[in-house]
Amino acid sequence: MSQIVLQAKGINKSFHDPITIQILKDINFTVNKGEFVSVIGKSGCGKSTLLYILSTMDTDFQGELLIDGESTRNKKEGQLALVRNEKIGFVFQFHYLLNEFSVLRNVMLPGLKLGKYSEEEVEHRAMQKLKILGIENEAHKMANQLSGGQKQRVAIARALINDPLIIMGDEPTGNLDKKNGKIVFDIFQELAQEFKQTLLIVTHDNEFANSTDRIIEMEDGRIVKL
Amino acid sequence: MNIKLLLTIAKSLLLARWRQTLVAAIGVTFSITMFITLLSFMSGLNDLLDGLILNRTAHIKLFNEIKATKDQPIDLSDKFKSSYHFIHSIKPSNARQEIYNNGAILKALNSDKRVKGIAPKIIAQVFYNVGAIDITGVINGIDVEAENKLFFFNDYVTAGNYIDLLNVPNSIILGKGAAEKMLANIGDVIQITTPKGDRIQLKVVGFFQSGLVELDKVQSYCSLTTTQKLLGKSSNYITDIQVKLNDMTTAPVLAKEYANTFGIDAEDIQTANSQFETGSSIRTLISYAVGITLLIVAGFGIYNILNMMIYEKMDSIAILKATGFSGKDVNTIFVVIALSIGFFGGLVGLLFGFGLSSVIDQIPFNTASLPTIKTYPINYNPKFYTIGITFSLITTYFAGLFPARKASKIDPVVIIRGK
Ligand SMILES: Nc1ncnc2c1ncn2[C@@H]1O[C@H](COP(=O)(O)OP(=O)(O)OP(=O)(O)O)[C@@H](O)[C@H]1O
Ligand SMILES: [Mg+2]
Repeated sequence: MSQIVLQAKGINKSFHDPITIQILKDINFTVNKGEFVSVIGKSGCGKSTLLYILSTMDTDFQGELLIDGESTRNKKEGQLALVRNEKIGFVFQFHYLLNEFSVLRNVMLPGLKLGKYSEEEVEHRAMQKLKILGIENEAHKMANQLSGGQKQRVAIARALINDPLIIMGDEPTGNLDKKNGKIVFDIFQELAQEFKQTLLIVTHDNEFANSTDRIIEMEDGRIVKL
Repeated sequence: MNIKLLLTIAKSLLLARWRQTLVAAIGVTFSITMFITLLSFMSGLNDLLDGLILNRTAHIKLFNEIKATKDQPIDLSDKFKSSYHFIHSIKPSNARQEIYNNGAILKALNSDKRVKGIAPKIIAQVFYNVGAIDITGVINGIDVEAENKLFFFNDYVTAGNYIDLLNVPNSIILGKGAAEKMLANIGDVIQITTPKGDRIQLKVVGFFQSGLVELDKVQSYCSLTTTQKLLGKSSNYITDIQVKLNDMTTAPVLAKEYANTFGIDAEDIQTANSQFETGSSIRTLISYAVGITLLIVAGFGIYNILNMMIYEKMDSIAILKATGFSGKDVNTIFVVIALSIGFFGGLVGLLFGFGLSSVIDQIPFNTASLPTIKTYPINYNPKFYTIGITFSLITTYFAGLFPARKASKIDPVVIIRGK
């Protein structure tokens, strides 16, 4: 049996503003190591909400979340930050780089925060990641000097820097044109196939979803197809 | 490792908005500059005004006051102890201003470890003869060298040489005002009348200017021996002993002790000049109040700018948090930003403050009443600099604390979803 990286057990989530509405209803599923999973569903069905919970950024929910076999229930804010830093790479729909830093530095920051490698090693590793994504030539530019597609690739490189257990993406191609979107997809495919990287990607693109190992389909806060 | 990383992040955020940072830092620099200058100047002025009195005033003055005896004769009799005393005002007789047995007292004081130095003195009432008119005057018979050492006598001798009092027999240093009244110049011989009616001629060797005009119209200085001679007294006659202590604050206690052991009157400087202490402490208080107000205003500036910066950096903060920086890390980053504005702004403020005080120190300040002062007084006490930098760090720390806490509480989900 393959190793479970992430497990959701009976996750429920409600918003109370302005009235209480339940958004996620009894979510149960697992992601195994090396799996490439996509999440699809209509707009407003709760995909993003689920992803924020799975990435430990949102702790206001019922049920249990296990990452690498450990429950996040009783972890403090600082410990959860550490989990995110070490085990989760997150790619947003908007590229969200730090404009005060160079591309290289942006990729390095989570690695420096983890403190597992020396600064030189982190830099070396960051260069490697940028090379995988084909943007090593932009390494010394400032983050705001890149195109949208390039920025998204930098964000993926940053997500990879600590060799995370799992990469999560919330419509990482949603803000890109078709060509750039294709490039980013191909990168995810490559990461999954060549590096056996575990991926959990929310998308609207059915064509893309069909090329992944598994599709989780959501509707009205429930998982309708695993 | 972690703190070093947070420092570099803080630095990048600061430099990315260097204009804002500069404005905040200039606020701090300005207030520290003013704080240092104000305190240095005020305190210089205080020292000057205090010095006007304190330099020339003995910490303890020992003398014999002419007064009725505390124990009236009738009190001494046991017989009338429980009776009402009608006779209660026996006046002093045989009043002598002389300090008896002063040789022994001087010796005892000289060997007292708490005493920095002593200067014996004779105060003699005289008349200065100006043509047919007599002007009242006071001649201070002084131990010239001791007086100079303890009370900076030379500083106040504006013309002539103070040591001539010793070198020239029957010489006098006249108060500036008295000299003007008598139209006396250095080298002239003036005539005075002693309390006993003797007329004595004295040679003017200098002028004395204390800064207190009324005083200078009356006071003059002679050596101890000249004064003893003109009063017709023996060479151990003195009326006052001026004591300077190592620690001025002990004066009230020691004055009591000396009064008891020597059986004479003793007056301490605090009692004699209480108004000066109050004056300087209030001036100091005002300068501190103004300086600290300036700093607090600068603190609000920093608070505003940090708040704005945090508002602008919401996205960055969200990203830092999403990629594994904790709320505490974010808090540290913003506190470091605030503190570095305070530290560098404050440091430059110290330099500017020093510069501005030195400039003020060069501005000519000539006044007839202060012969030794040529420029505005400045006190370069390192204490002000320490207080300045400490306060700038403290205010900026508090100014940064609340924005930093706000930043650390930012929920990345809200920011990311908000896009
Ligand atoms: N802070 C909030 N307060 C109240 N309701 C919210 C809040 N955030 C999201 N919702 C609601 O939760 C539901 C799910 O939102 P979510 O963003 O998870 O949808 P989604 O599946 O990601 O949609 P999309 O495909 O458009 O991104 C929506 O109906 C939304 O209105
Ligand atoms: Mg969404």
